[in-house]
Amino acid sequence: MTQQVIASDTLAGVDNPESLRPHRASWPMLFVVPIATAIALGVHFAFSKNEPAAETRSYAIFLGLVLGIALLGAVVQIVWQGLRQWLLHMSPILAAALIFLTILEVITAGFHLLPMPYFPSPAGILQSLINDRAMILDSMWNSLQLLLGGYALGVFVGVVTGVCIGWFEHARYWGMPVLKVVGPIPATAWIPLAMVVSPNAFFSALGIIALAVWFPVTMLTASGISNTRASYLDVARTLGAGRAYLIFRVAIPAAMPNIFIGLFMGLGASFLTLVVAETVGVKSGLGWYVQWAQGWAEYGKVYAALLVMAAFFSTIMTLLFKLRDRVLVWQKGIIKW
Amino acid sequence: MVTAPAANAAAEGSSLRVRDVSKRFVSPDGAEFLALKSASLEVGAGELVSLIGPSGCGKSTLLRLIAGLDTPSAGELYVGTERIISPSASRGLVFQDPNLFPWLTVRRNVQAGLVARGVLHEKHHEPDEFIRLVGLESFANTFPHHLSGGMAQRVALARALINHPKILLLDEPLGALDAFTRMRMQDEVLRLWQTRRTTMLLVTHDIDEAIYMSDRIVIMSPRPGRIERIIEVGIERPRERSSAEFLKLRGGILDMLHFAGGETA
Repeated sequence: MTQQVIASDTLAGVDNPESLRPHRASWPMLFVVPIATAIALGVHFAFSKNEPAAETRSYAIFLGLVLGIALLGAVVQIVWQGLRQWLLHMSPILAAALIFLTILEVITAGFHLLPMPYFPSPAGILQSLINDRAMILDSMWNSLQLLLGGYALGVFVGVVTGVCIGWFEHARYWGMPVLKVVGPIPATAWIPLAMVVSPNAFFSALGIIALAVWFPVTMLTASGISNTRASYLDVARTLGAGRAYLIFRVAIPAAMPNIFIGLFMGLGASFLTLVVAETVGVKSGLGWYVQWAQGWAEYGKVYAALLVMAAFFSTIMTLLFKLRDRVLVWQKGIIKW
Repeated sequence: MVTAPAANAAAEGSSLRVRDVSKRFVSPDGAEFLALKSASLEVGAGELVSLIGPSGCGKSTLLRLIAGLDTPSAGELYVGTERIISPSASRGLVFQDPNLFPWLTVRRNVQAGLVARGVLHEKHHEPDEFIRLVGLESFANTFPHHLSGGMAQRVALARALINHPKILLLDEPLGALDAFTRMRMQDEVLRLWQTRRTTMLLVTHDIDEAIYMSDRIVIMSPRPGRIERIIEVGIERPRERSSAEFLKLRGGILDMLHFAGGETA
């Protein structure tokens, strides 16, 4: 046993010389981000002379901050091994992002190659974000309530109906046809009905989002439950398990990988539905804000809201991944995530 | 090796009576298949009996009937005086595939039977004792897919034993293991049997395993699955796999299995 461990350690060392080498071979990589930032800053100063200072100062400050942090990182990594690894890994993509911003600035603010007002410069977008932060924050808060409420409701009902359809023969007979006929209708197609039935716009949007989440969660849960390995159930029954144990401690855990696929699909569907549902009826929210800003032809605000949405949605997605990693920790090593 | 009291306590096995049991399966296209025909068998308390025979001889079917996972088409089965109508924690079952719950650690797998019966609280010390019994203390918090085949099967044994079953049913539990692990596990199962005096029924493809381990060997034959004859092993333990009487019995059983109409595995 001990010998095996030693052998595999030695092997890992031989197989993976990369792990010993990077700080010598690729140290120039550490300066890629500061250089890219400096270029972005230079380009910005060159092109923003003609623009009003109030419109462009924030972006200069932003780039200055990035430059400061990048330089600080380049110094701190000398003593902090973990940061160096991270920097070496992330530098190319961060630098690419900065170069992208620079190119964007050249073709918008620099040579006005794209029609205004549809394509504001990065500086303009940042300024919109800062100027309208109160409203955007408020929209975010409203979207969060709607999203989490609708998602939680959809997941709860979806898991319950999915378990019933997957486990009980009668629920399967009656439920499956309904699921197959009603499920594929895009949730947003129900908006006219929801607006008639619901007392106010918030609840109609909530219901629409819940419906969008419900379908994939139910479908995947039901198939996971009904595909539980019969031998797990046999073993549990010879261990003295009753129906509750079979459902809650065998079938549901066995279906968990499937259920999580449903949760991810449901989350994607909820983002989509949120943005559409907010454009009808409700008076706040990120989807509503985009529509509203477009109405005023304030495209800087549109892009600012899109940026916020990207950060907002990907944060929620990351949280769901973290939850999956915790719940399905037993799968680590069986399948590749 | 220090074994703990609960795991070591002599759980007296029960006798088993199989009376004229048949099992018929109907396939989806309506064809009937007689998996087991009028099988009768008496197993004494604390006895270790092997069921051996070619594929389709109904040995696994018989085991599932005894476990209560299937119901017989005709005939009755009794544990002691109690008729078998459904699965029970008093009849443990170990499959060829350990079938450990992959989402539970070794300890949680072992204690599954206590949780299922709602007695974990009063017997909370037992999981660790049974893990020790099968020598896997250092793997208590490991997930099953990190275990070797032999280790996983030991966990499956501990999981079945924690309910102190009156009868332990083993469906080719060592079939998937390599030859060396297999022989070591045979001794391990024998040790558990001797300390606990549980009645054991062992389905196997392996004639040597049947002779090495059991008091009696039930030879079965297919189409329809039936009990052909029952042989008393009668060799003193511990048994020597290369002794003359061992080899003689082995030759005799081989002949009978050819007579029974199938190749041995």
